[in-house]
Amino acid sequence: MNKNRTNGRFESALRSGKFVVAAEISPPDSANPQDVLKAANILGPYADALNVTDGSGANCHISSVATCTILSNAGYEVIFQMSCRDRNRIAMQGELLGASALGLYNVLCITGDDVTTGDHPQAKRVFDMDSIQLIQTARIMRDDGIFLSGRKLSAKPTFFLGGADNPFVEPFEFRPYRLAKKIEAGAEFFQSQYCFDVGRLKSHMQKVCDLGLHEKSFILIGVGPLRSEKTAEFMRTKVPGVYIPDEIVERMRKTPSEKKREEGKKICAEIIQQIKEIKGVAGIHMMAYKQEESGAEILEMVGLTEKKKIE
Amino acid sequence: MSFFNRLRDHPYLLEVTYQVTEQVVNALQPLWRRMGYDRAEALFRTPEKIGKGAVFNCKMCGQCTLHYTGMTCPMSCPKNLRNGPCGGVRLGGYCEVDATMKCVWVEVFERSQKMKIYGDDIYQIQPPLNQQNMDRSAFMNIAFMKSAEIPEAWKTETGLSHEQK
Repeated sequence: MNKNRTNGRFESALRSGKFVVAAEISPPDSANPQDVLKAANILGPYADALNVTDGSGANCHISSVATCTILSNAGYEVIFQMSCRDRNRIAMQGELLGASALGLYNVLCITGDDVTTGDHPQAKRVFDMDSIQLIQTARIMRDDGIFLSGRKLSAKPTFFLGGADNPFVEPFEFRPYRLAKKIEAGAEFFQSQYCFDVGRLKSHMQKVCDLGLHEKSFILIGVGPLRSEKTAEFMRTKVPGVYIPDEIVERMRKTPSEKKREEGKKICAEIIQQIKEIKGVAGIHMMAYKQEESGAEILEMVGLTEKKKIE
Repeated sequence: MSFFNRLRDHPYLLEVTYQVTEQVVNALQPLWRRMGYDRAEALFRTPEKIGKGAVFNCKMCGQCTLHYTGMTCPMSCPKNLRNGPCGGVRLGGYCEVDATMKCVWVEVFERSQKMKIYGDDIYQIQPPLNQQNMDRSAFMNIAFMKSAEIPEAWKTETGLSHEQK
């Protein structure tokens, strides 16, 4: 990791060694910046950084780079998510430069959900590069000050580069090596898919630590509350890459309907407590889509509510 | 098709075949040079399309990574991922996009573990595909160094060092 760069707040928090909280927000379907600020209202103040998704689930929303800029101007530390689904290498490099020029520092490079999962299944999928190639491209631009073509940049961008991790889906044995490849390409932090299976996470992290990857990168584990067994069922069948064990769905089913919400929060808090104990984990990544209040309450339950936004 | 399916599960046999073919193609370099790229490529294109199509479900990207990817064609992945699986793999190891299909990368990893010559190549980072090589003979692209035409800025030495594996 390059230590001579100006650290962003997210990077500093990670380097300080404290348990870090990132939170995901969904960019609204709106051209009004007030709606963007509203989306960040609840979880924003508690998060060391806000992840702004890039057309998550292949659904159309206001662009990630615009949302990030609005939030960053309002004092939030943001993580600009960039997927490989919608842009070719020309557009991606242009947008990376643009993001850096707008003061965005943290970039999470991801493959992206397929177009068929979203509201425009007729769209063309691009995937000109994959997430690892995107990470390496961003690193080349930052460190060598050139485009992939070799053409020189008159000013280098600055980035703190991240990648995604999903320990909960196959091929399990290859997943730690995929992290190693991403680190080789330039990834400095990772954010994982929802964790509902702590046992699986433990064996993944064991291998990650055996390979020494936790010393070369910061790993944040994805968490989030379930509202009911129906949402659990929806998430594990319709949202790509989410694994929820039967025991958890069963636990939600057995809970009387007026207490389901509480139970969902309790499960999430229990998982966070267990994650905190796992070696190599740098923090959590709270994903509480349309239940931001619950997300904030969970952070309170586990004692992670130090105010972080700069007013 | 079942014959070819079974063949795919013998990646060792396939990697030996690959190695031999590559050596033969390389040994005949002077011949290809005399023919010129256009004629040599035209000669190879159709046999490659048919042969690799049957064995690997080849998509003619013109830039074979087979020995890096468990002798399994990564272009069968709907997202064309050449460096590893996406995060959307379904329960039981099925594809996010086509739930009836095994994830290509689940197969890549399993098969790479059975390979003796190129098994470790799976840990190397693959550069972005050169879209200009599409629909052309991969062997001739190798012979004429067209596969080496990776982006100028790309560092070819990336990949995991041995102690990491």
